[in-house]
Amino acid sequence: MNYTNFNRHEEFFVDMQRCIGCKACEMACAECETNGQETMIHVNYVDRATTVQTTVQVCMHCEDPVCANVCPADAISQDEFGIVHTANTERCIGCSNCVMACPFGVPKKEESFDLMMKCTMCYDRTSVGKKPMCATVCPSGALFYGTKEEIEEMRPNSTAVNSFIFGKEVVNTKVNIMMPKGSKELRIF
Amino acid sequence: MKKSRTFNRKALLIASGLSAIMVASVFYGSRKLQNFDAALITYLFGTVFAFFGIVYRYSVWLQRPPTWLYFKRSMQFLFKGKVFSHFWFLSKETVNNIALQRFIYPRSQYRWVAHFCIALGCMSAFAITFPLTFGWIHFTLAPGSISVYEAHFFGFKVFDFELGSLIAFLTFHALNWSSWLVIIGSVYYLRRRLTNPGLIATQTFEGDLLPLILLIAISVTGLFLTYSYQFMKGFAFDFMAVLHAVTVIMFLIWIPFGKFFHIIQRPAQIAAHIYKREGVQRGMAVCEHTGAEFTTQLHVDDLKELTRELGFDFDREDGTSHLDLSPEGKRSRLAQAHLKARQEGGNLFG
Repeated sequence: MNYTNFNRHEEFFVDMQRCIGCKACEMACAECETNGQETMIHVNYVDRATTVQTTVQVCMHCEDPVCANVCPADAISQDEFGIVHTANTERCIGCSNCVMACPFGVPKKEESFDLMMKCTMCYDRTSVGKKPMCATVCPSGALFYGTKEEIEEMRPNSTAVNSFIFGKEVVNTKVNIMMPKGSKELRIF
Repeated sequence: MKKSRTFNRKALLIASGLSAIMVASVFYGSRKLQNFDAALITYLFGTVFAFFGIVYRYSVWLQRPPTWLYFKRSMQFLFKGKVFSHFWFLSKETVNNIALQRFIYPRSQYRWVAHFCIALGCMSAFAITFPLTFGWIHFTLAPGSISVYEAHFFGFKVFDFELGSLIAFLTFHALNWSSWLVIIGSVYYLRRRLTNPGLIATQTFEGDLLPLILLIAISVTGLFLTYSYQFMKGFAFDFMAVLHAVTVIMFLIWIPFGKFFHIIQRPAQIAAHIYKREGVQRGMAVCEHTGAEFTTQLHVDDLKELTRELGFDFDREDGTSHLDLSPEGKRSRLAQAHLKARQEGGNLFG
């Protein structure tokens, strides 16, 4: 974390309706050096009995991360760029509090390692100005990493939103989701 | 994230009280300083400061709601009956997780070997140096002999051995064996941290590299002392003795603040295992979306309370909670909400 060249103008934009479930991102994610060849991105069928809809989920890098708040071991940290880092290996006690408390269902518990691991937005790449692996391979535009101007030009009928409503709880995130033009937030319930 | 205040009255009281007890045990354990080795006084000050810092930080840490939850629950489960079953489980867990650090092995065999070397080296060095510094262990010649050495613990004779014997060689050089183990492990990790791109991207000098450099510095200066008087006619002995003390004291007073605090934190992993084991016996939670078991009901219930205490509210109007969903269920509900918003917007893409 000493020498970073993090591009503050570029952001992550997710549009899960564009996800075709090809899992190219899963393969690419395993190439990320910060996860040690484990894939951290999630691709799953939403409700396989009734639809072929798939969804893709990266870490949303919350402004006030629930995962870090519920961690009993102080293992999850947030840096000056707003990246919520994966569990510090020497501290994580593998309790899974973060896995079960994350409102987006992001952290993974690697049972054999007794360790939580999660997406760090490819910090080894983004910290030197490159794009995350998953976004570079997504063929359908469900995952995009670039500037606000670029996405506005590509998706003139959508608005990037980074506010999520869970009942009374409002979760603001670093990662954006593409919504119908003029939307302010995504209400889950 | 909310930053917790650094001044904490409760922690100050606990740390001061325990440190006073520790100083008293040094006084009485060394038979009123009779067996205390005055040459080690600087180490003693370093150790007392480290002890105070460790207890202080541990007390602050325990007061965090999620940490307190695991502490409280594991104590409840341990002492609420089935004592033998729990004791057996605790012993097994301690051997596997603390003594052998088995959870590192699946991450990488080399990492496990290296970590085990460092841990064994450090633990054996602690076991030797702390009692020596406190005056709890000391050596004397057996009365009426010039070749038999006696080891005393708290002033009581524990064992004796012939000078020049194999046991004498192993005992007198015990810290050298520890040093070699620490050097082997630390050099492996230093090499890994200097070459692994993922680690290079996320590590810091003071957080990750300095601890390894410090461990190597302690071991090398320590080894130099033996090799100086054995093979180099005492070359630079005094200078190295001071340098060794400086590195060791830096290590001691840094334990509460940096990476080495994980040595103190690690037993919490056992608490998490006890919590999970007890939870499984009480019953699993079933995700309302996927219909599959995903964690223990105890965990879900405790997390609902914990998140509320921390200022998050994931409750739904019908009294259920977003936390009743498994991670996969949560991702699916998000996607469904997104699909609904897109459909209402009149266009699936855009």
